[in-house]
Amino acid sequence: MAVKLILRDEEYEVKPGMTLLSALQKINVVPESVIATRDGEMILEDEILKDGDVIKLIAVISGGR
Amino acid sequence: MKCKKCGNKASVNMRQHKLALCRDHYLEWVPEQTERFITKYEMFTRDEKILVAVSGGKDSLALWDILTRLGYEADGLYLGLGIDGGIDYSHESQRLAEKFANEYNLKLHIVDIEKEYGQSIPVLSEMSHRGHGKPCAVCGLTKRHEMNRIARDLGYDVLATGHNLDDEAAVLFGNTLMWDANYLLRQGPVLPATPGLARKAKPLCRFYEREMTAYCLLRGIEYIYEECPFAEGSTSIYYKELLNQLETTRPGAKLTFYLRFLEARKNGELFVEKNVEQAHLHPCPNCGQPTSAPGLCSFCRMIERVNSIESVPGPSS
Ligand code: SF4
Ligand SMILES: [Zn+2]
Ligand SMILES: [Zn+2]
Repeated sequence: MAVKLILRDEEYEVKPGMTLLSALQKINVVPESVIATRDGEMILEDEILKDGDVIKLIAVISGGR
Repeated sequence: MKCKKCGNKASVNMRQHKLALCRDHYLEWVPEQTERFITKYEMFTRDEKILVAVSGGKDSLALWDILTRLGYEADGLYLGLGIDGGIDYSHESQRLAEKFANEYNLKLHIVDIEKEYGQSIPVLSEMSHRGHGKPCAVCGLTKRHEMNRIARDLGYDVLATGHNLDDEAAVLFGNTLMWDANYLLRQGPVLPATPGLARKAKPLCRFYEREMTAYCLLRGIEYIYEECPFAEGSTSIYYKELLNQLETTRPGAKLTFYLRFLEARKNGELFVEKNVEQAHLHPCPNCGQPTSAPGLCSFCRMIERVNSIESVPGPSS
């Protein structure tokens, strides 16, 4: 198994055991531009990702209003 | 990471403040800070009537929620723009704005642009030939006009918008790239009322966009997640992404960029402030809002033009 990260329609996989921050860097997502949740709970950048985790990334940037 | 106040597991980490907080302490901290900014920039008081521009997005709903929690008298204004874009954008955002209003028993004024002026924003844009294929110019013009109109007609003291720090920093970045002195001098957390224009305040201007998303998630506020389809590829989104890259490697860079600007402008370090603008404004004979040239304002001219097209049998049904 692996760790799955989902951002809008995109899915990414990373190896378990790394931090959220490393995972975001690995998949080229700017950490400042997303919020990560696991099972509906917000998690922070130092969180270690475990085998089987599904991380939902919520984009925070919105356009003109 | 642990909450600085109680030691429980933190939900939000704000590197620019070196502050991590748990859910409960975060939901307490946000209104406290907002109150501080409202006072610091003299935005409004509890005796005044506030009109909140509500789009159904995270920032405006968060703002409405915070002001209500703080005990301000704040009603909402939703503008129906008539944008579909395959995702039913306007209907969905209106539904969420109404849902929030109902849930907290708040008053929401709804103005439907098509009902009011005969055409939706995309059609007004097409018919008036403004804005190079994108409706954003007409949309911005119309929103400003209508917010002012409603605020004035219904006797509100101040118009509050949900602009966050990322919005302000992106605008500042764009204006700085152009060294646009006029726009730079006008940007700030609060714009005083002028004849025909309501006072405007941006109580969230020191919160990061990320913090407002976190606020909505933790408060359980349902907001429209999809972008307006016309926002795709916009310059402001591009600038925000650039600034976030900077922020990731240099925590606090965005905040400093904006706050130092406010400070420098206030101290007169930036430009010599001239009151040219005020001096050359005339009221529009139709609506009374100020305009730089004598005669109808840009908005009324646009509507006049569209109406004149409409009376001739045209392409639209
Ligand atoms: S992106 Fe913003 S300004 Fe442009 S049409 Fe959509 S809501 Fe209006
Ligand atoms: Zn706490
Ligand atoms: Zn006018």
